[in-house]
Amino acid sequence: MAGTAKDEIQYDHNHDGIDRRGFLKCMAWAGTGALCVMSGGVLKSYSLSRLPEMSSKETMGELSFVQISDSHMGFNKPANPDVAGTLKAAVVKINALSAAPEFMLHTGDISHLSKPEEFDTVDQILKSAKPQDVFYVPGEHDVLNDDGKQFLERYGKGSKGGGWYSFDKKGAHFIGLVNVMNLKAGGLGTLGHEQLEWLEDDVKHLKHSTPVVVFAHIPLWSVYPEWGWGTEDSAQALAYLKKFGSVTVLNGHIHQTMQKVEGNVTFHTAASTAFPQPQPGKADSPGPMKVPAEQLKSVLGITDVNYVQGQHALAVVDSTLA
Amino acid sequence: MRRSVSIAVLTMTLVVGLGAIGIGQRSVLASAQQKAETTEVKIDNFSFGPGTLTVPAGTTVTWTNRDDIPHTVVSTDGVFKSKVLDTDEKFSFTFSKTGTYPYFCSIHPKMTGKVIVQ
Repeated sequence: MAGTAKDEIQYDHNHDGIDRRGFLKCMAWAGTGALCVMSGGVLKSYSLSRLPEMSSKETMGELSFVQISDSHMGFNKPANPDVAGTLKAAVVKINALSAAPEFMLHTGDISHLSKPEEFDTVDQILKSAKPQDVFYVPGEHDVLNDDGKQFLERYGKGSKGGGWYSFDKKGAHFIGLVNVMNLKAGGLGTLGHEQLEWLEDDVKHLKHSTPVVVFAHIPLWSVYPEWGWGTEDSAQALAYLKKFGSVTVLNGHIHQTMQKVEGNVTFHTAASTAFPQPQPGKADSPGPMKVPAEQLKSVLGITDVNYVQGQHALAVVDSTLA
Repeated sequence: MRRSVSIAVLTMTLVVGLGAIGIGQRSVLASAQQKAETTEVKIDNFSFGPGTLTVPAGTTVTWTNRDDIPHTVVSTDGVFKSKVLDTDEKFSFTFSKTGTYPYFCSIHPKMTGKVIVQ
């Protein structure tokens, strides 16, 4: 990783570990695949074309897991009339990864309309994935009409309150948060007082060196508040995570990959397995974006995350379904 | 068509003028009766149109979701609440009492609107 490599950060005006050019590149990579490695709080990002030059130590870790998001099972509009087919394609992609993932995270919008048969279909398709453990957080489409009751019955065993929970894997601490309940008129995603108190308590006794991975549906950073792409009280949650050397935040909701680094925190959003949404402000609304059928799989995808113990680095690799 | 537009403009001017000198009550009602024909709110591109709808008491307002994404119509004060509306699905509510009724989409809370009942 020579410091002069052309894909590394060149101008860090905001001292947030990412320059404008780097940000635009990450944006441009949406749907084409990118690898971002965080080391010592600084994001180093490389296009997938450079992967062959990198050692396997940098891209493969002791813990590997996959994030999938926004399956929207039940959606049948022109933007993708076959969301079951593209979810199956995502499973094929996952099963073909060189480092077999230990588990999957699903960052919400499993279903499109919270219908039991939609959840059933996703469960059935994911059974053919090599990693059998799936950790879920709800999207707003999963908690329609019943305040999340069905979601909690299906996926919330052992969770607290509205479905939040944490677990440990190989020295890393994973926290699943819920920010799609009790949304207020005019507002953004919300964590709420009860969940924030739980979070503060959950991380209180962890060592500062523990790598922390937070996953939730709506981005925990302000991607584009005009479209509701942010979480009202995420700053409070992040304040509790300040003491940690390495925090990785994985979100969905916006149906495109995007990333940002702020101090010790790397934020990353995953592509959808169902349909793409426009870049912030590039359309009248964030509704489903219709692309030519032959291009659809190039704007859908999965996210593969590798953690190398002792390196304080999580490598996040987005791959399209194409 | 041109004539009705100019009458509406004239009425608006009249309402503003009378309102300014404090005897606008009757004229406000007259203008509300003219607008009462609009009882449809369309949901397009993640917004309610019209965003503010003024109707006389007793009017039934119908919302139609014309987006490819589901939305809801939920009163901020808990007065009414639709089930989730998929594409082309509708929700109706009859406003019997005067007042201002702010509402939003509980799935996409940036989407807000209000119904003024006079």
